[in-house]
Amino acid sequence: MSLTGNSFMPLIRVEGGKPRIATDAYAAVADDAALPEGAVLVSLARFRKEREQLLARNTPVGVTLQAGENPELLGDDVSRLSLVALEFPKFRDGRAFSWARMLRTRLGFTGEIRAVGDFLYDQVNYQHRVGFDAWLVPDSFTPETFERAFHEMTNVYQPSSDGRKTIRDLRAAR
Amino acid sequence: MPDKALEPVQPRMYRYDEFDARFVGERVEQFASQVERRLKGELTEDQFKPLRLMNGLYLQLHAYMLRIAVPYGTLSSRQVRKLAHIARTYDKNFGHFTTRTNMQFNWIRLVDVPAIQRELASVEMHCIQTSGNCVRNTTADQFAGATDEEIEDPRPLCEIIRQWSSLHPEFVFLARKFKIAVGACAKDRAALQWHDMAVQVVKNAQGRIGYLVMAGGGMGRTPYVAHVMNEFVEREDILAYLEAVLRVYNQDSRRDNIHKQRIKILINTIGPEEMRRRVDREFQELKRMGTLQLPREELARIAAYFAPPEFETGLPDAIPDAGPDFADWVKTNVSKHKAPGYAIATITLKTPGQVPGDCSSEQMDAIADIMDEFSLGEVRVTHEQNLTLPHVRKKDLPAIHARLKALDFAAPNAGLITDIIACPGLDYCDLANARSIPIAQKIARRFENLDRQHQIGELKIKMSGCINACGHHHAGHIGILGVDKKGVEFYQLLLGGSGAEDAAIGAIMGPGFGEHEIVDAVERVVNLYIRERKDGERFLDTYRRIGMEPFKNVAYREQLYAAHTG
Amino acid sequence: MAKDLSGLQMLTANRLRSGDVLYRKGGGWVPLLKDGEVYRDKDAAEAALAAATAELARNEFVAPYLFDVREVDGRIRPVKEREIIRAAGPTVHPHTGKQAGQYHAG
Repeated sequence: MSLTGNSFMPLIRVEGGKPRIATDAYAAVADDAALPEGAVLVSLARFRKEREQLLARNTPVGVTLQAGENPELLGDDVSRLSLVALEFPKFRDGRAFSWARMLRTRLGFTGEIRAVGDFLYDQVNYQHRVGFDAWLVPDSFTPETFERAFHEMTNVYQPSSDGRKTIRDLRAAR
Repeated sequence: MPDKALEPVQPRMYRYDEFDARFVGERVEQFASQVERRLKGELTEDQFKPLRLMNGLYLQLHAYMLRIAVPYGTLSSRQVRKLAHIARTYDKNFGHFTTRTNMQFNWIRLVDVPAIQRELASVEMHCIQTSGNCVRNTTADQFAGATDEEIEDPRPLCEIIRQWSSLHPEFVFLARKFKIAVGACAKDRAALQWHDMAVQVVKNAQGRIGYLVMAGGGMGRTPYVAHVMNEFVEREDILAYLEAVLRVYNQDSRRDNIHKQRIKILINTIGPEEMRRRVDREFQELKRMGTLQLPREELARIAAYFAPPEFETGLPDAIPDAGPDFADWVKTNVSKHKAPGYAIATITLKTPGQVPGDCSSEQMDAIADIMDEFSLGEVRVTHEQNLTLPHVRKKDLPAIHARLKALDFAAPNAGLITDIIACPGLDYCDLANARSIPIAQKIARRFENLDRQHQIGELKIKMSGCINACGHHHAGHIGILGVDKKGVEFYQLLLGGSGAEDAAIGAIMGPGFGEHEIVDAVERVVNLYIRERKDGERFLDTYRRIGMEPFKNVAYREQLYAAHTG
Repeated sequence: MAKDLSGLQMLTANRLRSGDVLYRKGGGWVPLLKDGEVYRDKDAAEAALAAATAELARNEFVAPYLFDVREVDGRIRPVKEREIIRAAGPTVHPHTGKQAGQYHAG
């Protein structure tokens, strides 16, 4: 059974600055299931238990972090992962915004950061700003949905992981 | 009547540029779209609730309530007239000033909110983040920019914090609400130590201005006074420090028990030392990154909006003689201004019998006229649900007083026992256990006699209708908390709280009093203070000297008597 | 204060668009408590709540909940102060709310 919910949910990824439907190359694998060939996405618990085998496989490895799991728990292995999925158990739980930001800044993670679980259309723009670039979404979300979400607010006041110019930058450039 | 052809006076305050205007405008349309999606059923109520809260909209006992931000309590006359217009057009002709210096309307329809917010945007006002688990309105001392007690005006920093915290992508789904206040005087008129985070403008030993940051204060179920996090943060580093605190809070707060999710719980669980350590780690990293650096020029640019107005010179320094009523009002409601010939005038919205903090649309319009004519177009909202005219000429005080008298807003009681803070309570609020407004009205009537009020002196009564403490009862010299005892309203007394620089948490006296007992109990407590006080002691000082026991004995006297004789 | 054991309940909610307080009657809603339906036993009350909950998707009303009432001199009155105030209007502004006739019949 998939860790990340319905395995038929579409994946939307931002590529070249644009949101697109993407193929999910990863198989989300339960803690007690056998590992298939190819890219796998496992829980932190499983990763810690089987990290040697997983990293020796020469195929991409991703780890799903629960809302209370600080990415620093991955230690130096962060650089060896190509995907970190951050779980939103309930859309109100905003810890993953900080985890995504931490992954991009302190931990220098350049792979895919994927939002999974319960989140709203109204959060995707914030998620994108702090460093998420992929979302496992219900069918009602389309790339057009994301385009609209990204552009509801033209300007931003504060700097974030996306490196966007802030209103202060724009004022200075006038 | 003033000449209506006069343009409203534009006070020295922050003005939106095209970026701010567009930001608020787009936010309004974003919410309008969310409302439409809700009405169509594309959003469930559970999904819509956090979105509407972050746009200031609550569902209360009778209707929706809309909370409008009044950043650092500052309003122009144009804005006050717009609030009056909204009260008339969309509500029932009145509004309510809150303990966070915001404005609330109680009878709003969901379908009208987009139109209301567009109207607000036209006068540079908004409802952004006035509720929800995010950074709320940043408040300041209502005497800012007018008092000579401050190191500098705290409001430019408030405006910088407002912008930095508006739709901060990382912090819009915090564990709970987050309230920030900024002060710049030794005297604390903004209850800094009761906030989730507060900034105090300070001078170091070399005379350089910087910021002391504290965190972890809060009311509610478990009251706490804030701890110092950093004694001196350099000006250019302040946003980095504030962000560091918020980040640690967002990452490390509990999410499993709504009653344990404020930052005060985190700090008191891990200890202030450990909190400082975690914050400092983030802070050092942010400083190295440099993206949040606040350049001198930016601070100066914002501060320029708040530059002091051109005060007239050569004005008479004496307050005119204008009769005994006026003299009474001057005694309590007029404070010293930094400019010669000027004064600060407080409008207490607490005439005994009134609903504390309420203001009708007619009164708002009249106050706007007073602002234009006498106060350089400006008014401040205080966290004690009063208003302050920050810059009035002493020679105009009698005329101002006469105008306020005509509005029934000339009660000479600022800081006295009838200057009561009360939340809306069970009359309006979905969360309340008991009504607070009628009790506040009864207490004010009981102590109405002005000689008696002066005999009592400074005594701050603060009243909440439930444990959420929106009436700040933990910080009352006398605090009153409404509780529900088997469906009946009861009132607990607390003594010895303070929201000033001597911040203290009120102590609960004991079992609650019924609706018909509480006013008598308060009176017995006050009478004991009068009997026991030593020279110059305020109520708070006498309480601190003699403790709870003597007060408890008199308060429960009726019950004790009944127990002994019954 | 003796606990009321009559077991009588009513169902209330708010109109989504306006926030107006509503009381359940049959399969619909009325603005005044005195016209609302009284459920005389737990099963009836819970069935009403279940029906209303199922109708939430109509997006006409929100936050339905049951509350206790009792009969006093032949009239139905809420047990809790909160519901008395909710049915009538704020006690401190008697010129506003249902007590002042400010409600829509529909």
